[in-house]
Amino acid sequence: MTLAFAEAADRTPLWILAAYLGLLIGLGTISQRAFRGTSSDYFVANRSIGPFLLLMSVFGTTMTAFALVGSTGKSYELGIGVYGLMASSSGLVHSLVFFLVGIKLWAIGKRHGFVTQIQYFRARLDSNGIGFLLFPVLVGLVIPYLLIGLVGAGAVIRGVTVGMFPEAFPGVPNPASGAMMFVGAVPPWLTGLVISGVVLFYIFAGGLRGAAWANAFQTLVFMAMGVIAFVLISRKLGGVTAASEQVLANAPEHLSREGKIGQLQFLTYMLVPFSVGMFPHLFQHWLTARSAKTFRLSIVAHPLFIMIVWVPCVLMGTWAVGAGIHPPGGNPNAVLAKMVADLLHDPVVTGLLTAGILAAIMSSLDSQFVCLGTMFTHDVVLHHLGKERVSDRRQVLLGRVFIVAIVLVTYLISLLSLPHVFDLAVWCFSGFASLFPLVFASVYWRRLTKAGAIASIVAVLATWIPLFYVGMVEPTLSGTTEPGDWLVAGMMPVAVIFAASAVSLVVVSLLTRPPPAAVVDRFFPGTVPSRAVETKP
Amino acid sequence: MRAFWILVAALAVLHHDAWLWGDRSLVFGFLPSGLAYHATYSLAAAAVWVLALRCVWPDELEEWASEGDADSGGNG
Repeated sequence: MTLAFAEAADRTPLWILAAYLGLLIGLGTISQRAFRGTSSDYFVANRSIGPFLLLMSVFGTTMTAFALVGSTGKSYELGIGVYGLMASSSGLVHSLVFFLVGIKLWAIGKRHGFVTQIQYFRARLDSNGIGFLLFPVLVGLVIPYLLIGLVGAGAVIRGVTVGMFPEAFPGVPNPASGAMMFVGAVPPWLTGLVISGVVLFYIFAGGLRGAAWANAFQTLVFMAMGVIAFVLISRKLGGVTAASEQVLANAPEHLSREGKIGQLQFLTYMLVPFSVGMFPHLFQHWLTARSAKTFRLSIVAHPLFIMIVWVPCVLMGTWAVGAGIHPPGGNPNAVLAKMVADLLHDPVVTGLLTAGILAAIMSSLDSQFVCLGTMFTHDVVLHHLGKERVSDRRQVLLGRVFIVAIVLVTYLISLLSLPHVFDLAVWCFSGFASLFPLVFASVYWRRLTKAGAIASIVAVLATWIPLFYVGMVEPTLSGTTEPGDWLVAGMMPVAVIFAASAVSLVVVSLLTRPPPAAVVDRFFPGTVPSRAVETKP
Repeated sequence: MRAFWILVAALAVLHHDAWLWGDRSLVFGFLPSGLAYHATYSLAAAAVWVLALRCVWPDELEEWASEGDADSGGNG
């Protein structure tokens, strides 16, 4: 990847980035003062987060590096259809899931004191085994998500800093020509180390509250930077009308979906945003809400925020094609950087835009870090030892140790120079989306059984793994990857996995004995519990 | 309540704008028609959720959640 938007060795962008990271550390220090030292405050911010902070933290968490870099790159590749494919569908589906599932889970979590998804599923299905099955699946799907952030940050910073430190970083040899590339650029291993360190600092300082504060700040930053880049780039292209007319003249196919996106692909892509229903980090954010009404702003504003970020990025990616701006090495994800470099020539703007990209990345990483620590502490340690045997302080410590362990593993994997990192994101989201029938049935269908839930998870694994191998692993290993999404009979793979999950859940639940009313009644408002049931979540 | 969910279902169906698939025209001189449609769709989605707050908001959940005894933030 040769993001070359700072060919001159001007270090201004790097100083801006350093100042930005310094601000985050300062925010972490402030949030530490608000931290009450209890596990409840650390893991769910004492369920005290208000509407604005919930909106910003949930939006910041769901938008990754893909929001600025990937959206521009995808529209450079596929044209304006990318907005309908990924953004407007998310605007509808995300809010739908917040409304139908998020509020219910918040209420159940508050009523029963749950902190993690697995605690909920263990109690709802009266099964310890479901936890053992879900824990590795959820952690396994979050790790690629973390990788997207670390690898994306490393690639962006390397591109921005080319030529800045030629003595310290001699670059890497080009596999094809043997010539050195990225001479003087900050290597990804160093970026990964710094980013992880900063995020760990502010989440250790303030727990999920610290993450929510940082998310709010970072969401404002990346939204503002996207809009600023849009305004400046459109001016340089002669205004929005001239920029679009250039596309009409030079690359009209980018103004429609004909030949770029298939009808079935477009239709089935709508299942991907259901992933938010099973993101463990989002579950935890929902639980931080002060009340059900706290969700209102998130539900209404989420589609609008998506529009504010994605419409400018999709237009910019399309304008790049019209203006004949092509990213180095043909890498679509480098097109935004290339436009900034070619059109703006301003190291301050470069620094600010890069800070915006890092903001989008880190606002997802922090919640995922906290969530993994929470899951380990509650679903593994406390589940086995019992809460009364582990002090509040020890719980927080255990959470932090597990976070460091997971970050270390992810960091080491990120050093392997993984290609197609954004394609990995779609696979990761497809896995989470295919678990949506499970969470939906758990809050709306009393007849859901433990066996039905297990069948659903097994069906997801049995379909996701082979499809992932054929569609992603094998082409990557053999070097035969083609641009665009890998499809099954014209459909996104998520359609097959989702269907297998839903059908298994329903059929096996109906074939097995209904769960005891005493267990189920605890989770359905308006029903009088048949009798008190003690379960160990 | 039923009318609201019919509206949501209609919105979901309207996402698939097959009639604009090959349309390359520009709205307001700069916005491709497919993008203009889906940007409007995002606005419509937000408007539908405003309706949800007024028509189908689950007020009973708040009270039900508060009746619980276990806001321990712990192991449930």
